[in-house]
Amino acid sequence: MALPAVLFFGIFALIPLFGVVVISFMEWNVLGSPEWVGLTNWQAVLFDRPFTWTALGLTITFVVGSYLFQAPVALLLGVFMAGQQRYRALLAVLYFLPLLFSSVAVGLTFQSLFSPNYGLSAALPFDWLPNDWLSNSDLVMWVMIFVVGWCFVPFHGLLYQAGVRQIPQSMYEAATIDGAGRVRQFFSITIPQLRYTIITSSTLMLVGSLTYFDLIFVLTGGQPANAVRILPLDMYVTGFSSYNLGYASVIAVILVAIGLTLSLLLNIISGSSKMESDKAGA
Amino acid sequence: MRRTTRVAAAGLGVTSLMALSACGGGGENGGGDANADAWILTGGGWPAIQEDFDRWNEANEDAQIDTEAIENDSYKGQIRTAVGSGEAPTLIMSWTGGALLEYAEEERIVDLSEHTGDLESRVFDSVWQNGQIDGSTYAVPLNDVQPVVMYYNQAVFDEAGVEIPETWEDVEAAIDTFNENDVAPFSLAGGSVWPALMWLQYLTDRHGGEEVFQAVVEGEEGAWDNESILFALETMQDLGENGGYIDTYNSVTADQNEDAQLLADGQAAMLLQGSWVYSTIHQDFPEFAESGDFGFTSFPTLEDGAGDPSNIVGNPANFWSVSADASEEEQQIAFDYISENLYNEETVTAMLEAGSLPPLADIEDQIAETEDADFLDFSSNLVGEANHFQLSWDQAVAPEVAQPLTDNLSQILRGDMTPQEFVDAMNSL
Repeated sequence: MALPAVLFFGIFALIPLFGVVVISFMEWNVLGSPEWVGLTNWQAVLFDRPFTWTALGLTITFVVGSYLFQAPVALLLGVFMAGQQRYRALLAVLYFLPLLFSSVAVGLTFQSLFSPNYGLSAALPFDWLPNDWLSNSDLVMWVMIFVVGWCFVPFHGLLYQAGVRQIPQSMYEAATIDGAGRVRQFFSITIPQLRYTIITSSTLMLVGSLTYFDLIFVLTGGQPANAVRILPLDMYVTGFSSYNLGYASVIAVILVAIGLTLSLLLNIISGSSKMESDKAGA
Repeated sequence: MRRTTRVAAAGLGVTSLMALSACGGGGENGGGDANADAWILTGGGWPAIQEDFDRWNEANEDAQIDTEAIENDSYKGQIRTAVGSGEAPTLIMSWTGGALLEYAEEERIVDLSEHTGDLESRVFDSVWQNGQIDGSTYAVPLNDVQPVVMYYNQAVFDEAGVEIPETWEDVEAAIDTFNENDVAPFSLAGGSVWPALMWLQYLTDRHGGEEVFQAVVEGEEGAWDNESILFALETMQDLGENGGYIDTYNSVTADQNEDAQLLADGQAAMLLQGSWVYSTIHQDFPEFAESGDFGFTSFPTLEDGAGDPSNIVGNPANFWSVSADASEEEQQIAFDYISENLYNEETVTAMLEAGSLPPLADIEDQIAETEDADFLDFSSNLVGEANHFQLSWDQAVAPEVAQPLTDNLSQILRGDMTPQEFVDAMNSL
């Protein structure tokens, strides 16, 4: 019964992907007819266009930064949410709120918050608070990592919460009898038991931020001075503002390649631990 | 120049574009369906255009025009794809400039010279010229004219004891006085970049006249390397460094009208922006609009400038062209609509009531009767007497030049690039 799945995957994934590869060998400004130019686009994007490498560097910074911010916060939040504290349910509702907002709404809200004349910097009496959150090219990347993280931490928190609830209570009881403290229990039981959740969540985070687009587009458009013009945004601008579909397709293919490699790598890492017992951490 | 919020146009990716063009069977002409069609935009003054089409359809049963409203940013990508694949609507809307030139070069639109009726005699020359290529009319204006004007807050001027500047010398004197009084002379949405383009355009034009940019549009070798463009860039950097613009200008965005708010709040004395800001102020900051302090004037003259001081910049209007891929029947409907129906009395009245100005020479009496007569009269004179109306540069240049232009201008605003580096970067494209 795999036929429908294969069919849909073919129509909506493989054919367009193949199309993008074909266009990457063509010169096409959408208006005229596409012209076959061989490897010219590849040569141009990879070697004659220094910005490609800048954009790749920005993308790596964004992916790594997002991961380092989101993963620990989501893990701790999930573990906390899975507990039995008072007011936990109430807090959970608050923590998960960002998950409900559309990214355009989030973008417009943060734009107001970061406004130098009417936003946070103007409202709070702290002189050290920068008033150029989105216009300082040294700052804007970190601001974006924070805002995007703010949006996605609740989702991954939810994954971890579900993961933690799957861990048998008896393991913690046994550990308590053995005299293990809460920190020890966290590192020796919770983390190893969450192995698969961590891999799932990490894959989603890494591949997700690799192809991330909307909030960065709404909040900055890639400005100032292209300091957050990561590859997906670069692809959009090249393709749909400058109408250079050939270059844009090359960037798209590069993104697909990086994404696939990353997923594959994560799969291999998770696969290598498959032989271990599920309860190995205990 | 864009006047919309940057609503994410994320839906349109390379893949969907592929799907779009893959569906097209190419030039689907004739057949039983004789209805012409037109794509319009959402928001702004477009509901009035939609009503105009509705009235046309009621009055002409055998010449129906189907309309579809599309959001501004995604329209630009979609129309290009549609025109490129021969699937364009009968009436193609554009901002003229580089896009129109490409449509004409690829022979995707038809020559309208014979089909414009008496429209040419009614529309201001400075606006009409934008739809012409080599003496033939390829596009006709369809809505309001949007010149860039200088707004000011009279209360701020009174407090500092400064007169509204008429020359660039006045401006420089006013900047000094305002700085002594701790008020920003000019509000500027530098974070959005495109409003800064208005400064570059006016300063270049006042210094060197319209020929400077004409050379760029015509693709003359090294046309960017011009002393007037260098003068404009230097002046802008000087304004940024020496307190001409509000000191947070790089973080101010136009998306939520923050630049207009700074003027309304009295944090800045003046604002250079498109004519649409007039209705924005009335809508969002009614107290200021009705206080009697909200004023408007033309861009100051430059004492030694070679440019004609009556020249203006902005968006002349949106324009209709007729698709060459449409059937003869469809084209005929479009011709009739353009020659018989554009700027009819009902539509003009609706536009004026909404505070927007059709680019017509024969509506002075109607303007006098409206609530916004002052402003409409002012802009009408501005446009009517203009020796030249320069289209926003990001629309006028070829699409592949528009993005680097914005990117480099952003660097100029930040002081990351010198004027000469800007000019060299633009020349090397």
